[in-house]
Amino acid sequence: MHSKVVMRKDINENRKYLIIGFISIIFLVILIKLFAIQVINKSYKTDAANNSIKEKVIYPGRGLFYDRNNNLVVCNEAVYDLLVTPNMISKKFDTTGFCKLVGVEKDVFIEKLQKCKKYSRYKSSVLFSQISKEDMGAIEEALYKYDGIEVQPRTVRKYPYSVGAHMLGDVGEVSDRFLKSHPEYKMGDYTGLSGLEKTYESYLKGEKGSKYILVDVHNVEKGHYESGQQDVAAQQGFDLILEMDINLQVYGELLMQGKKGSVVAIDPKTGGILAMVSAPSYDPNLLVGRERSKNYYLLAHDSVNVPLLNRAIMGEYPPGSSFKIFNGLYGLQVGTITPNTKYYCAGPEAKPIKCTHHHESPLAVVSAIRESCNPFFRSTFENTINSFSSPSVGLDDWAQTAKSFGFGTSFNSDISNAKNGLIPDSKYYDNIYKNKQWKSSTIRSLSIGQGEILVTPLQLANFAAAVANEGYYIDPHFVRYIITPEDTIAPYQNSIHQTKVDKKYFKYIKEGMHEVTLSGTARIYGQIEGIDICGKTGTVQNAGRNHAIFIAFAPMEDPEIAIAVVVENSGYGSVYAVPVASLMIEYYLKGEVTRTRVEKMVLETKLIQ
Amino acid sequence: MSRRGAVFGNVDKWIVAVYFILVAMGWLNIFSSTCGIIEEQTVNFSLSTDYGRQMVFMAVAFLCAFIILLVDGKLFAQTSYVIYVLFCLLLVAVLVVGEEVSGARSWIKVGSFSIQPAEFAKFATALAVSRYLSDHDYSKCSLQNKLLVYLFPLIPIGLIMLEPDAGSALVFFSFLIPLFREGFSGSLIVLGFYLILLVLLSFLIDKYILLGAVLLLLILMVVLLRRTRHIFRYAILIFIVSVATVFSVDYGYEHILQPHQKDRIEILLGMKQDIKGAGYNVHQSKIAIGSGGFAGKGYLKGTKTKFDFVPEQQTDFIFCTVGEEEGFIGSLAVLGLFLFLIIRIIIIAERQRTKFSRIYGYCVAGIFFFHVWINISMTIGLMPVIGIPLPFFSYGGSSLMSFTILLFIFVKLDAYRYDIL
Ligand SMILES: [Zn+2]
Repeated sequence: MHSKVVMRKDINENRKYLIIGFISIIFLVILIKLFAIQVINKSYKTDAANNSIKEKVIYPGRGLFYDRNNNLVVCNEAVYDLLVTPNMISKKFDTTGFCKLVGVEKDVFIEKLQKCKKYSRYKSSVLFSQISKEDMGAIEEALYKYDGIEVQPRTVRKYPYSVGAHMLGDVGEVSDRFLKSHPEYKMGDYTGLSGLEKTYESYLKGEKGSKYILVDVHNVEKGHYESGQQDVAAQQGFDLILEMDINLQVYGELLMQGKKGSVVAIDPKTGGILAMVSAPSYDPNLLVGRERSKNYYLLAHDSVNVPLLNRAIMGEYPPGSSFKIFNGLYGLQVGTITPNTKYYCAGPEAKPIKCTHHHESPLAVVSAIRESCNPFFRSTFENTINSFSSPSVGLDDWAQTAKSFGFGTSFNSDISNAKNGLIPDSKYYDNIYKNKQWKSSTIRSLSIGQGEILVTPLQLANFAAAVANEGYYIDPHFVRYIITPEDTIAPYQNSIHQTKVDKKYFKYIKEGMHEVTLSGTARIYGQIEGIDICGKTGTVQNAGRNHAIFIAFAPMEDPEIAIAVVVENSGYGSVYAVPVASLMIEYYLKGEVTRTRVEKMVLETKLIQ
Repeated sequence: MSRRGAVFGNVDKWIVAVYFILVAMGWLNIFSSTCGIIEEQTVNFSLSTDYGRQMVFMAVAFLCAFIILLVDGKLFAQTSYVIYVLFCLLLVAVLVVGEEVSGARSWIKVGSFSIQPAEFAKFATALAVSRYLSDHDYSKCSLQNKLLVYLFPLIPIGLIMLEPDAGSALVFFSFLIPLFREGFSGSLIVLGFYLILLVLLSFLIDKYILLGAVLLLLILMVVLLRRTRHIFRYAILIFIVSVATVFSVDYGYEHILQPHQKDRIEILLGMKQDIKGAGYNVHQSKIAIGSGGFAGKGYLKGTKTKFDFVPEQQTDFIFCTVGEEEGFIGSLAVLGLFLFLIIRIIIIAERQRTKFSRIYGYCVAGIFFFHVWINISMTIGLMPVIGIPLPFFSYGGSSLMSFTILLFIFVKLDAYRYDIL
């Protein structure tokens, strides 16, 4: 039993002397070392003749953004933080003078100082942040009078072109909540809060450096420690090269002024996003510097224009007639129509969906695209769905094919917060219609891109690119290269997605889309001399005025740009969306716009305040 | 048996007195290192300050000690395995639900406080080891039983290494002290020290030269001790172990150690001068302690420790405050008190009537010794920076509570010894 009393002589008892001896020797060694440090060695006392080393952080500049033509799109600008060490603020501190110098109210200063005190009395923390270079000039001259106040250089973002706010994103100080989940950051650090600044944070942020400075008991600097040999330089963040063409972006934002909607332009060969406009927009420079929170508040509370919303990726619209392109392709792929299959159209008298155009009848798919003939696509859609064993199987196959074009999903790239849109499948309608009582005629609005279907402008532009490529697309993305000192990384150039429609069917659809701009619904504003444009208009009915939609790519042979334009609550796609798209295409392919009359008309169109 | 029955009558006054002195000194130093500059300072005993919270921890620790003195002394031996299993499960739990703080999962959050199971695993393991060794006579038991004893500390070591918290794991090697007292082979410990020395030297010297030197020494040994039985066999065995050690150190250093761990080793061995990275703490801590001089700068007059020059100053580097403010005299006093406490525990352990109480006493002495040894050595650059607390001094509820429980179980066992017939 464990509680047995020890009775017999223990042979190991003498080992206690060994143990006590060993412990005593170790303590003696420690004591000798302490005696050496504290009493014999004088160097620790001179080194510490009330001087100590203080580490000062050197903040790196964030990586820069260039566009595809090496134009500097996002750069850094020097600003200054005023730091305070609360216990250095003496009774003699001239509060009134200091507030006047910095330009703040006295109670603001006192409140901020109180906050800093709460953080630490003897460590410095930020009192006032992001003071511009101009303001700092005057402050710095007089700063010697104010003990306990130091200057800390920082950098903030600057946007020379004042565009691209939604995609570029913004940078701000880390929040307490952020710090809890990211221990590698320290209070006062900046981080990307949205857009590319957030997605590429780990590349952009750079490495902080440190400076070692000797300070005396009063925390007053006495010069560099070991003449700066131990200092570590800060490392600037990595630069990004964007797929964007900054001039096209500027032009797009200009054209969309006074309108609600978006423009997305993609290089079909690479999936690179050439321009992404969401209107109304705002100058990204507004969210920089000391006015940041005030401006942010104003933007966030503008419930009429909702400028912070990136409509290009978060706006979900029915695609309207632009979706006839897909339904035509799908009919050809399934085989329910051939390029020669013709359907009759009764024009405005057609039932159950009337046709909005007057044209020849019967007509085949190429002409039907040109004329945006509703009855043709309704017949094609219903016949195609009915060619399967059941409407459910048919609709699911249709949905799968639509998804292979990037609809109904978000892309696997550097685009964050994109909405998925909605491609309804059989499950979706089973939920709406009890006992599964729906058939191809129930869902026929899908044939003309109306009904439950929703897409984003980005998905439409990607769709245009997939048609331009005759059957494949590369995930749309913003960043072409990340430039690290060792390497140039191309993050998203190889993610090719093959669609479920064979290459051979695209030429008929392209022909139809070409005729749209030659003699169809986009003939008035969709023609540019010397460039063959393929496009398709869409006009989406909704509660207010119609949304105008246009998707296009050009040139027809070897396309270089695919584009989608959505103008909310404007009217016909042919009137409001086509000119914006064709001007963008002209500007991108020719470098200038010669159709000044069309340009003037678009610029003068003001649909919102 | 006249003293039987009185709850506090048999309590060892010396241990309890030294305990209270150390806890009080600990709090004064935590106060000094976290209160800032005192002049215009209002002392704030709320939970918003470290010293305010430490007061609460102290109250809880005293309560724990009080309760331990009240319970039946039999209980500890009886429940030792249960307690051990419970805390091992807690060590598993911390790996799953623990909070990750700077790369290690060492804390479990309970309400607004966090507890560190590794701290409490020490006394649990001490109880289990004592129980096992009191049931099985180490000198006489089978090899299988001997190996089983080692398992008690090795399980927590493994679990704590997974957090990872190398410092806390290292402390479990202190169980070699009670094991040695109970008959663990002395030559194995000598061999252990030889291997540690070999590991250190293999960082400094080319491995082939080192092994050459070892070979020469072994040949010399064989020649000198040729009369001893099996000496040749032993020599070959030692050589094989040495070769294996040197090469596995070489491999481990290249492939297993993290860069910052390599840094710490290289700085300690003087292979690298580095005052900004890993060496920064030690450099600052040595300056702080050194600047205290013989008599110290005086209580609350330290400057190094106040400006946060020494990181972690209220936890692992609390000894800096002692060194800076109380000088060599203060350091001597603290070391003296700890040495007194440890030796007192050993002496009392030897007067126990049960093996369980005696072995537990040695466990307690060993754990205190390892903590003081490693912690103070680290602050003065005798050891690499291994984050373990200085008993009763370092800020933190888990360590104060676990040391209090550890010590007062022994105080109770001792007070209870007359009750055993
Ligand atoms: Zn028609």
